[in-house]
Amino acid sequence: MKTPTEWYLVVSAVLFTIGTVGVLVRRNALVIFMSIELQLNAVNLSLVAFSRQWGNLVGQALAFFSMTVAAAEVVVGLAIIVALYRKRGTANVDDASLLRW
Amino acid sequence: MGLIPLVPLFPLAAAVILLLTGKWWRGRSAGWFATAAIAASFCVAVALLAKLDAMPAAHRELARHLYEWITVGTFTVGVTFQVDPLSIVMALTVTGIGSLIFLYSIGYMNGDERYTRYFAYLSLFVFFMLTLVLADNFLLLYVGWEGVGLCSYLLIGFWFERASAAAAAKKAFIVTRIGDAAFLIGIVLVWMHFHTLEFSAVFARAGSAAFTTGTATAIALLFLAGAAGKSAQLPLHTWLPDAMEGPTPVSALIHAATMVTAGVYLIVRSLPIIEQSPDAMTVIAVLGVVTSIYAGLSAIGQDDIKRVLAYSTISQVGLMLFAAGLGDASAAIFLLVAHAFFKALLFLSAGSVIHGLHDEQDMMRMGGLRRAMPFTAVAWIIGALAIAGIPPLSGFFAKDEAVAAAGLLGRYGLWVCGLIASFLTAIYIGRATFMVFFGAPRYEGAPHEPGSVMRVPMGILAFGTLFAGVLGISPTTGILPTFLGAPEFPANAPSEFALDTVAVVIALLGLGLAWFTYGSGRIDWVALRVRFAWVKRPLERGLYVDDAYAVVFGDGGKLSAAALAAFDRRGIDGLVGLVARATGSLASAGRRIQTGLVRTYAAAFLLGAVCVLWLLAARAT
Amino acid sequence: MATLAVASAIAMLFMRNAVHSALMLIVNFFCIAVFFLTLGSAFLFVVQIIVYAGAIMVLFLFVIMLLGVDRQEDLHERIPGQRWIAILLGVGLVAEVVAAVRLGLGLSTGHAARLEALNRGGNVRALAAVLFNQYFFPFEVTSILLIVAAVGVVLLGRRQAGDVAGTRPTAAGATAGRPRGAGGATGAGLEPGGDLEPVP
Repeated sequence: MKTPTEWYLVVSAVLFTIGTVGVLVRRNALVIFMSIELQLNAVNLSLVAFSRQWGNLVGQALAFFSMTVAAAEVVVGLAIIVALYRKRGTANVDDASLLRW
Repeated sequence: MGLIPLVPLFPLAAAVILLLTGKWWRGRSAGWFATAAIAASFCVAVALLAKLDAMPAAHRELARHLYEWITVGTFTVGVTFQVDPLSIVMALTVTGIGSLIFLYSIGYMNGDERYTRYFAYLSLFVFFMLTLVLADNFLLLYVGWEGVGLCSYLLIGFWFERASAAAAAKKAFIVTRIGDAAFLIGIVLVWMHFHTLEFSAVFARAGSAAFTTGTATAIALLFLAGAAGKSAQLPLHTWLPDAMEGPTPVSALIHAATMVTAGVYLIVRSLPIIEQSPDAMTVIAVLGVVTSIYAGLSAIGQDDIKRVLAYSTISQVGLMLFAAGLGDASAAIFLLVAHAFFKALLFLSAGSVIHGLHDEQDMMRMGGLRRAMPFTAVAWIIGALAIAGIPPLSGFFAKDEAVAAAGLLGRYGLWVCGLIASFLTAIYIGRATFMVFFGAPRYEGAPHEPGSVMRVPMGILAFGTLFAGVLGISPTTGILPTFLGAPEFPANAPSEFALDTVAVVIALLGLGLAWFTYGSGRIDWVALRVRFAWVKRPLERGLYVDDAYAVVFGDGGKLSAAALAAFDRRGIDGLVGLVARATGSLASAGRRIQTGLVRTYAAAFLLGAVCVLWLLAARAT
Repeated sequence: MATLAVASAIAMLFMRNAVHSALMLIVNFFCIAVFFLTLGSAFLFVVQIIVYAGAIMVLFLFVIMLLGVDRQEDLHERIPGQRWIAILLGVGLVAEVVAAVRLGLGLSTGHAARLEALNRGGNVRALAAVLFNQYFFPFEVTSILLIVAAVGVVLLGRRQAGDVAGTRPTAAGATAGRPRGAGGATGAGLEPGGDLEPVP
């Protein structure tokens, strides 16, 4: 018996939440970035699940595009982190608090 | 008919001219000029009297309308001077006694650096007083009323370099102001009820049924308050003893003969309204006699010769109000005229003594002056006998007529009170006489009689004091009562002769007591003063009424002002400061949101997302 | 499978070493790839492994190694209440989504049969049909995006004057300027920086 779509969506939600918590809790910029990737993947999962739900390939196409864009984003994001590290000497996100009161 | 405005206009012209051209008058010429002006007023007044006398009794009224002063909708007030028996008597008193006092001042104020201004103020005063008595409506009367208050302030504080004089002037103005306010409210009530302020119209309708007793009482009491202020009756009397800071002629004119009698004039003039309220009449009579007794007691305790006379004035004006409250207007006015004579005489004599002793006013430092200043002594003694009520001086006829009116009306309680007042009068004036002119000399220096310019008015006043009684030998058929309108007494009244005899006996008793204590030498009254200082001190302080006012209103006022200031500082400024501080605290607290940390911002995003989702979910279900 | 996915994700969260976190993420990606397969998308199964696990995570690992941030990270939380907020909101998020899904879809398999029909000639062919017909324009734009990203990265990666720390500094002369935490030294209950020193 095929698994109901709902379960896939629940898993997707859980993964998304874990990614969000990761963004909030970790201090290393790279780990935060990885958590973001996790979020993106969760979304992709739900997209494909819906694709099966409605019986067309639109979801899969969207997931495909999402992956592509994610790749580009990762590249740019990592370049930024590297540049920041070079400037500040730290990859700790809490150190960037010049706008503090 | 063009004569009437001349009466007030002569003094006004003198005042204006003297004020504008003050510096150009040399020597005593300003004084002669002012005296001439007021003497001219007097002559015109006499002419008007003759004219009035020639008219039939019921229609004795002349008026002269100058111009419409106020026209606002239905409210119209005109400047009209009217002459009727009451006002012509008042005008004659003012201008007559005034001329004599002006003459006296020429000598008394000689050498003062503000000589011209003195006469300007004095003339201005006479103008306002004449406006007051010649007005034909309440508002014009009020103008004169306020004007004399102003001039009184200016003249009391004439020697303003003395702090006490300046303070006394302020006190006079402020205390009379309280009365003036009440008077004004009374005028407004009159307008509200009668829709006119002219005497003739108001008094004609006073008897109508629409004019309730309640309204009449209200108006009467308000007028009484005004009169109490201006004429220095309880409880607004505290300014008059202090007003003696002014020059003695000022005390004589303003605070003996004229301004303090303005209140009596108001009451007598408004009798048609006041009579509608028998309760108000009783209040007036009672207030008058109580004030009289109070002032008599206070006069016994005074050591300053002018303050004795000041309290004496309060006492005598009380008797005038007493008579008016009983309904005997002619007795009140007769006493007013007679009092003007003998009080002015007493004041001028006192001024002569003060002048002769080089500004000494303490009676303890006088004594035995009849040998050094015989003329003054005789003048004073004439005045003293008159005020005590010894026949055949005018004072006997006038004062005792006022007191006897109570007996004739059958109100024996009030009559006895009046007798007590007379008794006290005799005591205090006797005391003053014996302390100043008899006994061993306690003064320093060599006193001299004043010049003729000062002695002539004193002589004329003495003459008047002696013989003015002829105006009212009988309360019902005398010259003045018939001129003004005689009162009616019930048929079963006791005889005048009996009442007058009792009064004379009382007066003689008082004088005798005074002689025994102070003049006979049998009692060491100096030691008595020390032993009875606990009695004398309250009397000297006027039973502490003035001191009570100082504490309640003066200190109370300062306290409330301080409280309000503190409230303003701490409360209102504190409130404003609070707003500022609150804003600051709020901002301080609020800026902590800006942590500058990415992760807290991310948390905020998440919070927002969760909330939005929640809303959507709630909406969908 | 689902359990493995979730477990690896949570593990990624708790790893102190950044490299370990990356490895856990790779495991997670593999699981998701399997999910794609079971959902009828063979193409995405492959692409996920190649692109995500193969390219992206490798890039990640390169940068981690390059920057030398793979040391043990201090797990002591410096912002008060941050962990609690995160957990709370996370739980809330999951609850909401689950509730929404339960309400919206319920336990259904949808039109799975239709999808199978579409995939008859192979998933790739089917997907290509959609991609090059319906989504042609986004397809081209995405390629431009990739080019732009490449150019941007080259620019960002230049070394500039004022760089405080390069990549792993050599022992010779890297003490030029101790890297100080950027600002925020007066935070209430927070002391950022200080747990990072240049590795000699």
